Amino acid sequence: MDFFERFAVPHPSFLIYASMVGIGLTMIAIVIGITYFKKWGYLWSEWLTTVDHKRIGIMYLLSALLMLFRGGVDAIMMRSQLALPDNTLLDSQHYNEIFTTHGVVMILFMAMPFIMFFFNFIVPLQIGARDVAFPRLNAISFWLFFMGMGLFNLSFIIGGSPDAGWTSYFPLAGNEFSSSVGTNYYMIAIQIAGIGTLLTGINFMTTILKMRAPGMTLMKMPMFTWSAFIANVIIVFAFPVLTVALAMGTMDRLFGTNFFTTVNGGMDMLWANLFWVWGHPEVYILILPAFGLYSEIISTFAKRNLYGYKSMVASMVLISLLSFFVWAHHFFTMGQGALTNSIFSITTMAIAVPTGVKIFNWLFTLWKGKIEFTTPMLYSMLFIPLFTLGGVTGVMLAMSAADYQYHNTMFLVAHFHNVIIPGVVYAMLAGLTYYWPKLFGFMLNEKLGKWTAWVLSIGFVLAFIPMYITGLDGQARRMYTYSESTGFGLLNMVSFVGAAIMAVGFVLLVYNIYYSTRYASRDISNDPWDARSLEWATHTPVPEYNFAITPQVNTTQPFWDSKKNGHQLFKGKIEKIHMPNNSGLPFIMGCFFFVFGFAMVFSMWPLVIIGLIGILACLAYRSFEKDHGRYISVEEIEETETKLRGAKQ
Amino acid sequence: MKELFPLKQVMGFVFSLILTAVALLVYFTDMSFSVGMTVLLLTAFIQAGLQLVVFMHAGETNDKKSIYTNIYYGLLIALITIFGTLLTLIWDM
Repeated sequence: MDFFERFAVPHPSFLIYASMVGIGLTMIAIVIGITYFKKWGYLWSEWLTTVDHKRIGIMYLLSALLMLFRGGVDAIMMRSQLALPDNTLLDSQHYNEIFTTHGVVMILFMAMPFIMFFFNFIVPLQIGARDVAFPRLNAISFWLFFMGMGLFNLSFIIGGSPDAGWTSYFPLAGNEFSSSVGTNYYMIAIQIAGIGTLLTGINFMTTILKMRAPGMTLMKMPMFTWSAFIANVIIVFAFPVLTVALAMGTMDRLFGTNFFTTVNGGMDMLWANLFWVWGHPEVYILILPAFGLYSEIISTFAKRNLYGYKSMVASMVLISLLSFFVWAHHFFTMGQGALTNSIFSITTMAIAVPTGVKIFNWLFTLWKGKIEFTTPMLYSMLFIPLFTLGGVTGVMLAMSAADYQYHNTMFLVAHFHNVIIPGVVYAMLAGLTYYWPKLFGFMLNEKLGKWTAWVLSIGFVLAFIPMYITGLDGQARRMYTYSESTGFGLLNMVSFVGAAIMAVGFVLLVYNIYYSTRYASRDISNDPWDARSLEWATHTPVPEYNFAITPQVNTTQPFWDSKKNGHQLFKGKIEKIHMPNNSGLPFIMGCFFFVFGFAMVFSMWPLVIIGLIGILACLAYRSFEKDHGRYISVEEIEETETKLRGAKQ
Repeated sequence: MKELFPLKQVMGFVFSLILTAVALLVYFTDMSFSVGMTVLLLTAFIQAGLQLVVFMHAGETNDKKSIYTNIYYGLLIALITIFGTLLTLIWDM
């Protein structure tokens, strides 16, 4: 039994045992369900082996939604614990584990796959390409992300969750203070998912630089594609830092090196430094695509082309550069001198300038527009004031002298939720509603959608504005309880009510998906929002080759021009199309990565070696494989086109 | 014959051998730490540049502009990170 003891959760509770049973039963139900409906073959040939950017996108979307609910449950648990003074719902260890996993899950396994979904689904369509530059690599990216996510989520039922915060600062995260395998999970799961993200970065940079439709120069790209391009550039330059830092952290924990220890010449603050050299650009990796989505949505529903296209691009380029200049503002109180803090204060405040330019550009796009208040537009309109509030408190936090007051308080927690929720989460929900008809061929219910947006916003304001106040009054973040005499009780209760209202909002979202799937009309056009860019110029559902004929582009909004100004998008006749073959290799390689990662977490070296050999064998197989893809014949394309045209118009 | 002889590559190879030899001097002779590090850093960066240009053909395709933009951007970010880290963790502590 000694062998199995290491898998036990070090700090169990009824909730964890209940989750184990729940997860076990769900897995069995899924396996029985797939077997009963005889879907194993379908699952393998259509999804697990696919290299189609649209299907990979949908798999990212499903993972992101799943993780949104996991992270959401964590959040509700934390708010319930803090709702009353001296509450005993959770003990300190559980609270630590929950805020750690909430942070990691929400940033790396919810927000990241959500933007990956948008990159995958939209970018190739917007630039008129048939797929991404390296479709097989794209599948590997997804499966690495998925296995990293799986490994991380396994932690709370096998071996115990990480508990050193999502930032996992050393020396707390070192073996001395975190002796369970939890932090090993953190280091290795994020490493695997991070490699996947880095590959996506390379893939999409290449796709956007090399595969645009004829006539689409860089300055004629749609704004979402621009934001995706910039975000991927940041990924390529920021993620290697994370890779290195995690590798060093892993070696400290597993092999006794001294990079981040406090003895033998180790430097514990080097972790915080490297973490934020990656961590700050990471924030912009999340927010820039969100800005891109808002740009698309606002210009569509204001019925105007985007105001200040060039300044939008310039501000994003500037943000991407500045994002690498500001990381030390995450530890102003570490003890470095006034000179350093002043430099990083000024660079941080400077970021508000290009961001402000973007806000004004959106407002000017609305100016004299024929505004149509659909659900995506409602999210965008709620985003502008709420996000600006978060931006302003960001400038407050940027003042290094004042930061000694705010540091590590709920004020900071309120600030970053205030930029991430209206900034990123609203963009994701707005984008999801906006692109839903292109994805699935029907629209989400508008009435329920607007209710969701309002309920979420009311919940958001109630949940996070009180934290600004308790933070300024001195409530520290990550503190699992507080005494009644602090007087934080009432505001934390308000916060809990807000969090509960947000939970209702997310239930409404799910109900909307269920309701619309059952009742929404399937009889919609390919372009239900009267939109402006190329992704709406193809059929719904999008055929696997995207466009039968490669579109011709002459402005920033070719599809709008083809509708209103007589621009001819599709010239010439249909020719056979070269497409990549499906492959099971990415999935198999992902499984080997999972085995490798799991074995690393528990230091089971023979299994580590087996995993590594598997990974290398997959790489070697790929090197010698002869796969030149396949051609779709003209007859087949014409048949598909006729069918899609007949069904929809 | 002149077109067939890869003069640039041969010269590049000889030059990279010289750079390696110079770097090895740090090990075999008795230099002070700072002189040794300077020699190592200089030879390392020249070597990397040489490999990129001569053997990885950085400037020989239509992508020349984007390849060099990428390299310069990467260099800039690396330098900012290194000097920023030195400033925060050592020089201004």
